[in-house]
Amino acid sequence: MRIALPLGIGLLLAVPAMAAIDTTRLPVKDVDFSFEGPFGTYDRGALQRGFQVYKEVCSACHSLDHIAFRNLADDGGPGFTEAQAKAIAAGYKVPADPNDQGEIFDDKGVRLTRAATLADYFPPPFPNEQAARANNSGALPPDLSMVVKAREGGPHYVYSILTGFHGTPPAGFTVTPNKYYNPYFEGWNISMPPPLSDDSVTFSDGTKATIAQEAHDVATFLAWASDPKMEERKRMGFSVIIFLLVLSGILFAAYRKVWKDAH
Amino acid sequence: MSGQSTYNPKSGFEKWIDQRLPLPRLMHDTMQTFPTPRNLNIWYTFGGILTFCLVVQIVTGVVLAMHYVANAGMAFDSVERIMRDVNYGWLMRFIHSNGASMFFLAVYIHMFRGLYYGSYKAPRELIWILGVLIYLLMMATAFFGYVLPWGQMSFWGATVITNLFSAIPLVGTHIATWLWGDFAVGDATLNRFFSLHYLLPFIIAGVVGLHIWALHVPGNNNPLGIDVKSPQDTVPFHPYYTVKDAFYLCLFVIVFAVVVFYAPNFFGNPDNYIQANPLVTPTDIVPEWYLLPYYAMLRSIPNKLFGVIVMGGAIVTLFLIPWLDTSRVRSCRFRPLMKQFFWAFAVVCVILGYCGAQSVDAARFGIPLVWVARLGTIFYYAFFWLIMPIIGLVETPKKLPASIAQSVLGDSAAAAAE
Repeated sequence: MRIALPLGIGLLLAVPAMAAIDTTRLPVKDVDFSFEGPFGTYDRGALQRGFQVYKEVCSACHSLDHIAFRNLADDGGPGFTEAQAKAIAAGYKVPADPNDQGEIFDDKGVRLTRAATLADYFPPPFPNEQAARANNSGALPPDLSMVVKAREGGPHYVYSILTGFHGTPPAGFTVTPNKYYNPYFEGWNISMPPPLSDDSVTFSDGTKATIAQEAHDVATFLAWASDPKMEERKRMGFSVIIFLLVLSGILFAAYRKVWKDAH
Repeated sequence: MSGQSTYNPKSGFEKWIDQRLPLPRLMHDTMQTFPTPRNLNIWYTFGGILTFCLVVQIVTGVVLAMHYVANAGMAFDSVERIMRDVNYGWLMRFIHSNGASMFFLAVYIHMFRGLYYGSYKAPRELIWILGVLIYLLMMATAFFGYVLPWGQMSFWGATVITNLFSAIPLVGTHIATWLWGDFAVGDATLNRFFSLHYLLPFIIAGVVGLHIWALHVPGNNNPLGIDVKSPQDTVPFHPYYTVKDAFYLCLFVIVFAVVVFYAPNFFGNPDNYIQANPLVTPTDIVPEWYLLPYYAMLRSIPNKLFGVIVMGGAIVTLFLIPWLDTSRVRSCRFRPLMKQFFWAFAVVCVILGYCGAQSVDAARFGIPLVWVARLGTIFYYAFFWLIMPIIGLVETPKKLPASIAQSVLGDSAAAAAE
């Protein structure tokens, strides 16, 4: 049966590790985020710190394809001013359009670049998948702009992975060469080396940069990257539901009045 | 009811129209004066709710199609762009994707209501059959629609379902290739699925028209399952049922809004936010929740062809219900035995759905779910092919009330109204 085939492949892939021990990923850590619940919003400070972590750490290997620099100044986003977002963009180089000679390479064969503008998207760290794999012992670092909504557990999953290194593997589990032990990752072998350490960034707002703090902030930032319209959505939802409740009340009164003598 | 028009054109313009295209007469007779049993309960409001769902899906769908790109290389990004850069695109997309779930939620309530009150029984067989046809078209439309975002579940769901056709002996693989327009699910498949996803809702709308037309010949069934006997048994559709339908529709929309605004990814699968990749198979390929009972049936059978036959047969069976039920009494209110089996059937459908959502080798309390699904499949078939015909013959129904008016208003009031 062909439906069984994908399952079979999945099981086969898991077999080497499963031989000794069940390496199903652990349940995610239940940390609190400011944006949970019907009235939750993104913590601007956490978004800005999280962006800093992405920029100084994650972006070395992970792209952020769906985020443009203009988004940094959007409502419901990290709350940078347009001038700040412009300044951030100017710090990035993107491939330039052909110059007036029609060339896109300079004399030495290097791709011409220009400073990024608000309209540009975050440039990827590697030009293509092969380059990304070649630089990461064969593994492909996933794009992060949708990672929170593309994983069961969302921001909790991201937080758990980032804080899930440094444990001692249980007896009977051997870490594959070139991989790292992380029980929050399916199969427990993850290709990503522990990305965060205490003080791997210096926050300008004085927040102490512990691993947990950095992970929490970058999980918040990536949650926003996945769902940039969340605040607008919740705000509109509140008005819509209040409107519908009032309308229901009016309709119920009309319903009772019309039916008063009919039963 | 049909043939008894009470429309009375007043102005000269209305008379002029009425002699040429009596559309106002049709509207007047079907939506205003239409005599409707006075005892319809909350479960009878779902017909109107379903019409609302269809309109919402078509309106949001037309807007989404203005921004969507049906191309295997661009579809995934175009959906994400709708969510981020199109004005209120996130709203349109979440209404549309959750609208499908709300549509199926409503249609299942509508179908179980028909089953419970015997609404498929003579003279309403064709209403039921057209309804099952709509349900089938809805499943096809939902399947095509789920492929369009071109995420991992889109791609692999399409692969699994289209591969089912290859189980047909001799011509199966040719049919699958013909469906794909290629030798695997790819760009050609995505394009034709988009075309069909845009087409089918309008066919559904047409069949809905027939469904409502057929309804207006015998008129509504009702919770008592007895025929309308006198004008005291009915009230005009407007304002009695327009206001009642509007109230319950509003409650339904509140639930809809809670999902759209506060849990828009509740019914979705996170894997569908990963772009389709033919080289990476997800560990569990799970269809949308409304197809899970059939998926459980399919997976519970080791032979692929037989599995497809059993799954298809489960839907074909629905078309035959009007003749499988031998009871003279329509409503389960007066069928003590059938009532119990009805609820058992409802529970089995939920259990089958649960089994379909779990991985194929899962077990609960030491019982492999594949065996639970097998028992559930057997019960599904037994319910329609054995229990329904036999109980109709052996069951002693309770005494039916003399009339709807007597049941609702009591003996004295009904007599006074005579």
